[in-house]
Amino acid sequence: MPHPAERRLIFEHVDEPGYTTDLPCYLAHGGYEALKKSVARKPEELIDEVKKSGLRGRGGAGFSCGVKWTLVDRKSGKPIYLIVNADESEPGTFKDRYIIHQDPHQLVEGIMITCWANQVRQAYIYIRGEFPRGARLLEHAIAEARAGNFVGPNILGTGYSCEIYVHRGAGAYICGEETGLIESLEGKRPYPRIKPPFFPAVLGLYQCPTIVNNVETLCHVKHIAAMGGEAFARIGTLNNTGTRLLCVSGHVQRPGTYEFESGKITLGRLLNEICGGPRPGRQFKAVIPGGSSSKILRFGERFKVKQRDGTMVDWGVEDIPMDFDSLAACGTMGGSGGVIVMDDSVDIVAALANLNAFYAHESCGQCTPCREGSLWMKKITARMVRGEARPEDGALLKSVADQIAGRTICPFGEACAWPTQSFVQKFGDEFRNYASRPNPGPAATELA
Amino acid sequence: MNFTPETLQKIDEVITHYPVKRSAALPLLHLVQEEQGHISADAIEWIAAKLELQPINIYELVTFYPMFRQKPAGRRHIKVCRTLSCALAGGFEVCEEFRRQFGCDPGATSADGEVTVEFVECLASCGTGPVVMIDEELHERVDAARARELAGQIKAGSAANAGT
Repeated sequence: MPHPAERRLIFEHVDEPGYTTDLPCYLAHGGYEALKKSVARKPEELIDEVKKSGLRGRGGAGFSCGVKWTLVDRKSGKPIYLIVNADESEPGTFKDRYIIHQDPHQLVEGIMITCWANQVRQAYIYIRGEFPRGARLLEHAIAEARAGNFVGPNILGTGYSCEIYVHRGAGAYICGEETGLIESLEGKRPYPRIKPPFFPAVLGLYQCPTIVNNVETLCHVKHIAAMGGEAFARIGTLNNTGTRLLCVSGHVQRPGTYEFESGKITLGRLLNEICGGPRPGRQFKAVIPGGSSSKILRFGERFKVKQRDGTMVDWGVEDIPMDFDSLAACGTMGGSGGVIVMDDSVDIVAALANLNAFYAHESCGQCTPCREGSLWMKKITARMVRGEARPEDGALLKSVADQIAGRTICPFGEACAWPTQSFVQKFGDEFRNYASRPNPGPAATELA
Repeated sequence: MNFTPETLQKIDEVITHYPVKRSAALPLLHLVQEEQGHISADAIEWIAAKLELQPINIYELVTFYPMFRQKPAGRRHIKVCRTLSCALAGGFEVCEEFRRQFGCDPGATSADGEVTVEFVECLASCGTGPVVMIDEELHERVDAARARELAGQIKAGSAANAGT
């Protein structure tokens, strides 16, 4: 059962007994009505609705979806492509998995409305390789939708045609970066492209204008088409409209994915009330609020934040509203909505060593600072955990991280530097005193 | 190369999904690996010729993408998630248990060639960790006891196979 504080749009039918992934079930719940309504309207009107809705992309960057669509080059005469980013691979994020596995037609409908609005004739769903069942479910849903005339030639008798194909990745995190994803879809190594000039809206897939949207974002488009942009904008808070899927993992009593109005729930209420608080006898120590790349927050730290109306507020970690702007004001980010919680049993250096191993494994190797730096950071934290820590290791880690961020083609440079920078900044004492810490217990070997 | 007619048909079909043949490289690699268990040097040449590419264009994909293998894996493939959320829930202990059960280090295949145990990066099910994928099936909230149970089922399956 959803928590009473939740507001479910996208997850309305997730975990609902008797709700199935097939077309008849979707139709019985009002499915494809929003698409029928949309194809009766002009495409530009739908783009306007999305602009009015204030929808921001849910993949990580929080960029305005309406603006993204407006930037598409429509004068080149080249075909426009839509790529659905279903590569969900930011550690701590597990929302798209539920949409794909439990309500695939919702995604297909969002895709088709987006395609109509942007006059796209070909869409690809790039789904991570580790979702083989998800890929089959989507292929089945698309086949059903094709048979129902919601996908394929002459959709709903409009004369408009559009096809969707599912394309499976093969285990590389960097494919979540949109230009890396495009390279991968072209059959190459997913080395991200440099921007400018390769903005997907102008020079994307096959050097054609391309829209890359996250699964959750496209599902929101379906709800915007159904209720109207203004109604959607009334959900959530100013500049953080609609609902947000938040994925909580780690040391809470009830981890899981929850849907709230954006910015209407604080981090403290999310962790203590919705997720049941820390495990018995434990206290929260730290939280990574927006996927593993976002900067860590230490319980007990305070944030002085200037609000929109000019007033200053003094927040603890528990007081931060879960929206893009508030988290950014506290020096971290809303990112992909993946909240990773650590209690006071956690060896913070070992936790960083775990993440550093991830980033060293996933760096594509194209840019030297990231390829070498991510490996150095992994080696330093691994050595610390092995029992060979030196007092200067924190400063050394920071120096390596500082030389990666801002010096790479794609945001992976920041993604791998931010954990190290923030862990060392906020837990400097633990890094400095690691070799002489009082209880070098098993906590380290459990994580790295 | 000998592929089943079904695989050949799927290969020809998937190439039509793209305006540029090269885009079908990953789908073809998946289809070939599903049928043959790994990507051989011959398969690399075959796929390259099929897509009108040089073998290096396929080889560089096999060496980059973690899911493609140049050597066969065990009959059963166990992937334990290594990344932070699963680790916080005890993922390292689970991997160690599978290692003990099958006597092989992460990344290696058991001596009888039956089972490969791998420690992989995030499987995107962080809320139900530790998670383990066995072949294509996801197992959630796997602790050491559950890992022993799953290992037992795999061993029973292997014994049944050997008996037939």
